[in-house]
Amino acid sequence: MTDAVIVWLLNLAQVALMVFTAPLITGIVRKLKARLQNRRGSSVLQPYRDLMKLFSKEVLLAENASWIFRSAPYIIFTATVLAVSVVPVILVNLPSSLIADVIAMAALLALARFWLALAGMDIGTGFGGMGASREMTFSAMAEPAMLMSVFVISLGAHSTNLSTMVEYALHLQHLLPSVAFALIAFLMVAVVENGRIPIDNPSTHLEVTMIHEAMILEYSGRHLALIEWASQIKLVLFITLISSLFFPWGMAESVAILPIISALTFWFGKIVFIIILLVIMETLLAKIRIFEVPDYLLTAYVLAFLGMLVHYILEVGV
Amino acid sequence: MNFAMSLAVAAMAISLIASILSPLLGRYVHFQRLTISLLVALSGAFALTAGLIGLMASESEATIILPIGLPWLPMHLHLDVLSAFFMLTLGALLLPVGIYSAGYMKEAVEKNGSIQHLGIFLPLFTLGMQGVVLANDAYAFMVFWELMSISSYFLVSYEHDREENRRAGFLYLLMAHLAGLLILGAFAVLYAAGGAFTFDVMRSADLSSGMATFAFLLAAFGFGMKAGVVPLHVWLPDAHPVAPSNASALMSGIMLKVAIFGFMRITWDLIGLNNFSWWWGALVLAAGSSSALVGVLMALQQNDLKRLLAYSSSENVGIILIGLGLAMIFANLGHPVIAALAMIASLYHTINHALFKGLLFMGAGAVLHATGSRNMEKMGGLIHRMPITSALFLVGCMSISGLPPFNGFVSEWLTFQSALLTPPMENTMLSALIPFSASMLALAGALAAVCFVKAFGIVFQGRARSEMAEQAHEVDNWMKVGMVIPAIFCLLLGVFPTLFIPLIDGVPQMLIHSSLSASVHVTNWLWLTPVNAERASLSAPLMVLGMLLLIALIYWRLHGRGKGISRGPIWSCGYPHLSAQMQYTATGFSQPLRRIFSGVYRPEERKVIRYGFHPLIVKDIRYKVTVADLAYNKIYIPIANITRAITARVAYEHERGMHAYLTYIFVTILALLLWVVMA
Repeated sequence: MTDAVIVWLLNLAQVALMVFTAPLITGIVRKLKARLQNRRGSSVLQPYRDLMKLFSKEVLLAENASWIFRSAPYIIFTATVLAVSVVPVILVNLPSSLIADVIAMAALLALARFWLALAGMDIGTGFGGMGASREMTFSAMAEPAMLMSVFVISLGAHSTNLSTMVEYALHLQHLLPSVAFALIAFLMVAVVENGRIPIDNPSTHLEVTMIHEAMILEYSGRHLALIEWASQIKLVLFITLISSLFFPWGMAESVAILPIISALTFWFGKIVFIIILLVIMETLLAKIRIFEVPDYLLTAYVLAFLGMLVHYILEVGV
Repeated sequence: MNFAMSLAVAAMAISLIASILSPLLGRYVHFQRLTISLLVALSGAFALTAGLIGLMASESEATIILPIGLPWLPMHLHLDVLSAFFMLTLGALLLPVGIYSAGYMKEAVEKNGSIQHLGIFLPLFTLGMQGVVLANDAYAFMVFWELMSISSYFLVSYEHDREENRRAGFLYLLMAHLAGLLILGAFAVLYAAGGAFTFDVMRSADLSSGMATFAFLLAAFGFGMKAGVVPLHVWLPDAHPVAPSNASALMSGIMLKVAIFGFMRITWDLIGLNNFSWWWGALVLAAGSSSALVGVLMALQQNDLKRLLAYSSSENVGIILIGLGLAMIFANLGHPVIAALAMIASLYHTINHALFKGLLFMGAGAVLHATGSRNMEKMGGLIHRMPITSALFLVGCMSISGLPPFNGFVSEWLTFQSALLTPPMENTMLSALIPFSASMLALAGALAAVCFVKAFGIVFQGRARSEMAEQAHEVDNWMKVGMVIPAIFCLLLGVFPTLFIPLIDGVPQMLIHSSLSASVHVTNWLWLTPVNAERASLSAPLMVLGMLLLIALIYWRLHGRGKGISRGPIWSCGYPHLSAQMQYTATGFSQPLRRIFSGVYRPEERKVIRYGFHPLIVKDIRYKVTVADLAYNKIYIPIANITRAITARVAYEHERGMHAYLTYIFVTILALLLWVVMA
């Protein structure tokens, strides 16, 4: 009984860890990026300060904003946190991952995106509609690639439960070819889902090519803080998914102090490693033209599908 | 005859009474409107109860023989589990649509002074659908099928003073009868094998594999045409928009499901699992995947709200068929448990689609009622003037987009699960087709979300794009209640799938002789575990609870802190004259997809620029884009042209003079003589 309580408490602690370190991760990304570009950059704690400032500010709403505009930030934040709460970070066997599997996690992210797009349409400005149209279009194109790449591991693990999938990945003897295909596809999709370069630039406003930022132009105060925080959490969610599904080394399989501390260190190390890759990529690459994004996503999809075929043809029964 | 059967027959009797009563009440139009609507609702309530009881007492099959019909063939009706499930689906939508009609037909009364036409054909239409579901012999099936088709033709051509409506009606009638002919052919094959019209005889008949395949193909094309499977769907986007909204809710919500029912009845029940070939399932799966994708892609390009919903029906029929196809493949390969899961997924989506599409069509009817237009480009900002309708429409949009916590998510989840359970297979084509279908399902689901962000965003959000939209008003209580009921069902089916699945578990038990209850390990109401808990589990109630707790927590932490809320004018980049025309349009919203999928759409774009005195000075630009249905232009028009050429040739031969006819007679006699000599 007490064991179950401890596991659940650890589960909650892990969710809190993800939620509260998300701004830090974003801060590190910005700092590293500034350094690579020969700037000093703001402190890694700057995102926390921004959020605090936004939370204390007045909310300015457009005259014709409806209840959808006002409730969207709450729903977006909640759905993102709920999605994060089923991803194993430190413990492999997470009790909450029974509640929602990987398909449900994708659906929760889709819920957040749906409301974000509705919020963009709510005021009736050109930017909002444009952002909603592009974001929904590109993420719809990304959806099959994302699900297919995750399904490759699901098929091997015989489960869509994230804990079981991570456990399977942890005990793989060597990198399977199908998983390698899935990894590349998933990396490509993660860039799109988080609106990073070369697909979207998170640090621009009022650019004709922007996607994500266009939808939230009208937001202010605590509403904006919630949406910003949610997108920071989403970045951590995807980085963690990559590290847990494809590089699950060091995760704690038992509930004891030592494995948990080492898992925590491993997690942070892996995240920083992925961030460094991301930052190098963002510095080296330029944003691609918006109508080249579908080709990029098609490539990701084909890779994921190849992974699936490779699994069926070569690996079934292994 | 048991209780459920009597309820079902009573539901049919009520529909018949409503239809007969309608002309008698013609003088008291408002009384007539209320009576007809409420009788339809009552018939729905009876059907709903009959279905529920029939599903709960899943063992017993009740039959009844009505002494009407041909002298040597009385009408056989029965209520088995399959019929009961479809009765339930039918009733679940008929009840709210009946209530909704009470408010919706008010406008028709005011405009035409009478609803005679609707009053007769709407109940006849429901009678036809109920009859098809209950039929236990081919004769009764076809009679009710035709009743359904013909009465819905009169509903489609309701506003027959407009030419395009008459055209849509004609196309519908043509396709419905082509479908009817094919289905009749399927029954003829089964009759030839069994020697009787009753389903009991057909079921036990010995079929050769060639005959089984022939019957299957006839049924697949016939019912596929009625269900709106791409590329047999072309009547659907024309017919649904022009029918009155309560009728289009029924047509899209239930009539397409009756076609699915017919398909299941003939293939699974009458032809039987033992006669399946492996490629049948593959064919259904491929048809389902293409319908799902093409349906939603076409829906995305529509600016007519009801046309958009019509195309999206094609998409959802596709999703249902993906589940059915998977069930056929797995059952044929000897994996009954996975087949049962796929069939449950498909049935779950069947009732879900009836509910949310009914809700959305009723919502579209409410918008049409309030603004007088179906053109989305003329709407906007209705959320401020129609708050209840917009909230209910949003529920429909979220359900159809497969978002938690609504029902569409559960059925898509189940479909994914059954695709992922694919066992190792010898057949390489199948092992590539199944993941491909799963990815098409993912793409279609995500594109449906794009489509319904567009529908909701353009119609209800932003600012009013026309005077009509500015003066829109909320609908009356009848219509609100009519929309609230399916919205509640959508939520309940999304949160408590575990309570509903055991209820429909009898259907795979009857058709595949396997059920989920044999495999579900954790059988309490909180956890949905299709095969076992390690494989996959979902707890929709806990997800909802988690969301509510989190929202409450955030609200509690944030409320009253910080500064308050103030409202200001829209930020307009410093340009003061922001007009509603500068909003993103429906056409603009789907432009990226039009560009990406230009191979599917083949959009015809026309841009006309008027210059001032200098080419640098542009006075105005007109941009027009039309996206035609590719299937219509590439398949139907050529067929029509060929038919026309042949008939023209025949007509030419007819018109020749006496000597030509003498030649015909001579040649015929010669041929006959030759035949006699040869024999």
